Amino acid sequence: MNSKIILVNIFRWFLLLFIQILLLRNLSFYGLATPFVYIIFLLLLPFKIPNLLLYLIAFFTGLTLDAFYDTMGVHAAACVTLAFVRISFITVTVNKDNFDEPEPTLGNMGFKWFSIYAIFCTLAHHVVLFFLETFRLTEFSYTLLRCLFSSLFTLFLIILIEFIFYNRKAR
Amino acid sequence: MRNLWIFINRYNAFFFFIIFFTIGLILTVNNNSYQRSVAVNSTNAVVGKAYNNLNVLKKYLNLGDVNDSLASENAKLKTELLTLKNIDSAKDVVVKDTLSKSQYTYLSARVIKNSITLRNNVITINRGKADGLASGMAVISPGKGVVGYIRDVSDHLATISSLLHKDTKVSVTLKKNNALGTLVWGTKNSDYRKAYLKDVPNHFKIALKDTVVTSGFSSFPPGIPVGRVSNTGIATGDNFLTIEIELFNDFSTLQYVYVIKDKLAEEQKSLESKLPNEQ
Repeated sequence: MNSKIILVNIFRWFLLLFIQILLLRNLSFYGLATPFVYIIFLLLLPFKIPNLLLYLIAFFTGLTLDAFYDTMGVHAAACVTLAFVRISFITVTVNKDNFDEPEPTLGNMGFKWFSIYAIFCTLAHHVVLFFLETFRLTEFSYTLLRCLFSSLFTLFLIILIEFIFYNRKAR
Repeated sequence: MRNLWIFINRYNAFFFFIIFFTIGLILTVNNNSYQRSVAVNSTNAVVGKAYNNLNVLKKYLNLGDVNDSLASENAKLKTELLTLKNIDSAKDVVVKDTLSKSQYTYLSARVIKNSITLRNNVITINRGKADGLASGMAVISPGKGVVGYIRDVSDHLATISSLLHKDTKVSVTLKKNNALGTLVWGTKNSDYRKAYLKDVPNHFKIALKDTVVTSGFSSFPPGIPVGRVSNTGIATGDNFLTIEIELFNDFSTLQYVYVIKDKLAEEQKSLESKLPNEQ
């Protein structure tokens, strides 16, 4: 069971980074909306993962992306922020004691919970990402606009992917 | 100590976040030339702005000196430009004296008295005999346009009968078709932005906005822009056209002028004085 989860996550990591770097890196609508779908890997990590491990995974996933995007540290910081939001959100909304779902997927948690979860995480990630990339407040409104459109795009793709691999369990 | 450890452990998510986020931020700023330059620049911008604000008063006090130096530098550069431009290639072979190659030299002068409201307006400038000025020299304004002729010179001052004077006549041509005419302020004119072009032969077709330049027949060098045609339909009843000109230079704000020294002026005068007076 445990090794299966690890294998699935490793496979997912490679697949998503592959898609992100080879395909989505070249995709942009009017320079405003750029999708960062790889964060779905961080969203779908198991509930029971220790915090330190989650942070380490997020950090090194971000660093890998940075290496390909030539933006040293930007993605890493954004992914770490996402990890923090994820932990906070799960702590507030999920009761860990009598809970046996392994992963926070759409099928396990339902559309409402998952969409709110994805919205918070994506927004946090994108805000940090775009503002660190721009690194100035003079372009504040434009950066915010890019953030919003990119978040919408990313969210759309994340929820689409989740529906494609939808396997509803009896709850 | 133990309590502190418990506290940190309880909120480990937050502390891990701080640690990793800081690492990410340090990496961002250190390994990325763009963010580094921006970070440095923004601090510099703050410091620079402070210095700028402190220096505003000082800069303002020096403005007059700066203006003077810039105007004289301009005069020097214009002289050099003319030296390069007006080389007579036919003469170049024989004439060894490089000074005589350029016919005109410029001298900057500051206007110390000016009027525009009178019928005959006279300008006073801060240059005189000591600077080599003589009666009859042409004066132009730094931007565009003619100002007038030197009237009287004292040791350190000179008066100019400006274009807004009944005695001032400048020989000009239309740039488009070289139609020759005489520029005067006009008898019933009180607008310092307007002048009249007289004695243009009737057969020339003149359009609005045509540019008027000096002809080079009076003391002005040829090709100095004077103004543009603003009205062509003035009926005078004589055989020549009279055209209203909108002047390029603004006499009301005149601060600096250039006096043009013509090296060949004396020669031309003595040569032309030998002609019998036919007029």
